[in-house]
Amino acid sequence: MADSSWLTTFPEMDRADLVAMRKALDGAYREFSRNYGDMIEGFFDPLLYFLVWFEKMLLAAPWSIVLAALLGLTYAASRSTKLTAGIAGAFLLIGYFGMWDDTMRTLSIITVATLLSIVLGVPIGIAMARSDSVRAAITPVLDIMQTMPAFVYLIPVVMLLGIGKVPGIIAVLVYAIPPVIRLTDLGIRLVDRDVLEAATAFGATRRQCLIEVQLPLALPTIMAGVNQTIMMALAMVVIASMIGVKGLGQPVLKSITNQYFTMGLLNGLAIVAIAIMFDRVSQAYARRTQRHLKDVEHD
Amino acid sequence: MIDRAPLIRVAALYKVFGGDPESVMAMVRDGAPKDEVLASTGHTIGLRNINLEISAGETFVVMGLSGSGKSTVIRHFNRLIEPTEGTIHVDDVDVLNLSPTKLEEFRRHRISMVFQRFALFPHRTVLQNVAFGLTIQEVPKEERDAKAREWLSAVGLDGYEDQYPAQLSGGQQQRVGLARALCTDPDILLMDEAFSALDPLIRSEMQDQLIDLQNRLRKTVVFITHDLNEALRIGDRIAILRDGELIQVGPPDEIVSKPANDYVEAFVSDVTRYRQA
Repeated sequence: MADSSWLTTFPEMDRADLVAMRKALDGAYREFSRNYGDMIEGFFDPLLYFLVWFEKMLLAAPWSIVLAALLGLTYAASRSTKLTAGIAGAFLLIGYFGMWDDTMRTLSIITVATLLSIVLGVPIGIAMARSDSVRAAITPVLDIMQTMPAFVYLIPVVMLLGIGKVPGIIAVLVYAIPPVIRLTDLGIRLVDRDVLEAATAFGATRRQCLIEVQLPLALPTIMAGVNQTIMMALAMVVIASMIGVKGLGQPVLKSITNQYFTMGLLNGLAIVAIAIMFDRVSQAYARRTQRHLKDVEHD
Repeated sequence: MIDRAPLIRVAALYKVFGGDPESVMAMVRDGAPKDEVLASTGHTIGLRNINLEISAGETFVVMGLSGSGKSTVIRHFNRLIEPTEGTIHVDDVDVLNLSPTKLEEFRRHRISMVFQRFALFPHRTVLQNVAFGLTIQEVPKEERDAKAREWLSAVGLDGYEDQYPAQLSGGQQQRVGLARALCTDPDILLMDEAFSALDPLIRSEMQDQLIDLQNRLRKTVVFITHDLNEALRIGDRIAILRDGELIQVGPPDEIVSKPANDYVEAFVSDVTRYRQA
């Protein structure tokens, strides 16, 4: 009977071995971050300078100019006076309730995170669409990125890079980039094969097929991905504030620990206002680039 | 008018679809029937020993029912499909041995294609669709737009330049397809069931337009259809394809008066009945 005890009690690894393993891995990683941390931090310096510059610019500029620029961009992208007026109202309220500076900080990090997601994500999506083996290799990585709790990958990032903007933006990117990648891949794969065959028959190179046919036709899907990415980046604002990213997340964090209901709510609503602005503007822009889908009269 | 040296020469062309086509070629060359090859090896014979010569300026029709391999054969001429075995020459160009860059050049200047389901670019205006071939060749915008306008007008679509394909009717869309194919001034025009998706009235209108254009342009047209009436109407010569094999090649009157076998005869009797009615 004693021999079959493993059937009822799970045959666990020896506790001492487990501790040794953890110590060895932690030690190795600590060693790695001690040796290469500075180098890797140096690698991200340009990003840090850009983040700081962009944030300072938004904070230093008078609010009236920033607001005018925001509304100008909104109108240019959406051509909608209603949306522009709504955003004007929301931002005036944000300023009135004293959240302007935090909102600018959040706006700055979200903008940079979105731009980085597009710059990195679209090429990766293209590579996935072109090769089934690349796709098979990247898909599980994306699955992990989306489901792994953010706190878990914050640990090594903070160990390596410390606390601040750069680890914050890396955390946001890891969580927010998968939709752009996935939907770029999907959008390109959904392009009508007949149309692609026609482009090939006229002697288009692979590059020309991509630029002239696949990307323009995939654009609505890619924009849906960008939209998702922005929303997910905003959802990370509070978590990123735990590793020292300033912005609307920090007051929310403070509200949780001190039970300040109104303060939490106001800052939360400011995040919602930013989300709605990004969402409506990017969607309106995507629709405007798809003029051919409108006015279909025949058949 | 068609007594010049052949422009397109196809010799001993085979196409087998499946995992390892080379492995079944011996069997296919020995003339094993299609069903037997499929049952014993899982490979499908697309084309078997196709030999063709098409002259410059000729309208050559390839006819057959669906699944006979006609769309497969036409896609070998511009290598949208790679053959398993055989040779294709256009003039002295060995099409199957072109490097990728040379193949792109060949497709850009010498051969173009009209598709059954139009395959227009939905995100480009009609004018940009017609100019697509020249865009790919990086012809300056003004020059390519001027050319595209010329061809749009030749197919009777003046004033539609800034519409999108979805705003046009089927017949109009295929005119755009035709203008797009002609705009690169190719020697050879491949038309893959180009009029099959159109209403009968529009179809005969388009046939008239093709005949009309062809009288002026004298392109080498390879036209695919499953409709013998269409074949008889526009073809200088007709090739009849069945199960990937060439059954008969000849001028329309010869196909009607001297059908090579029962299969062709069945086609033809349908037409004669239709004409008497």
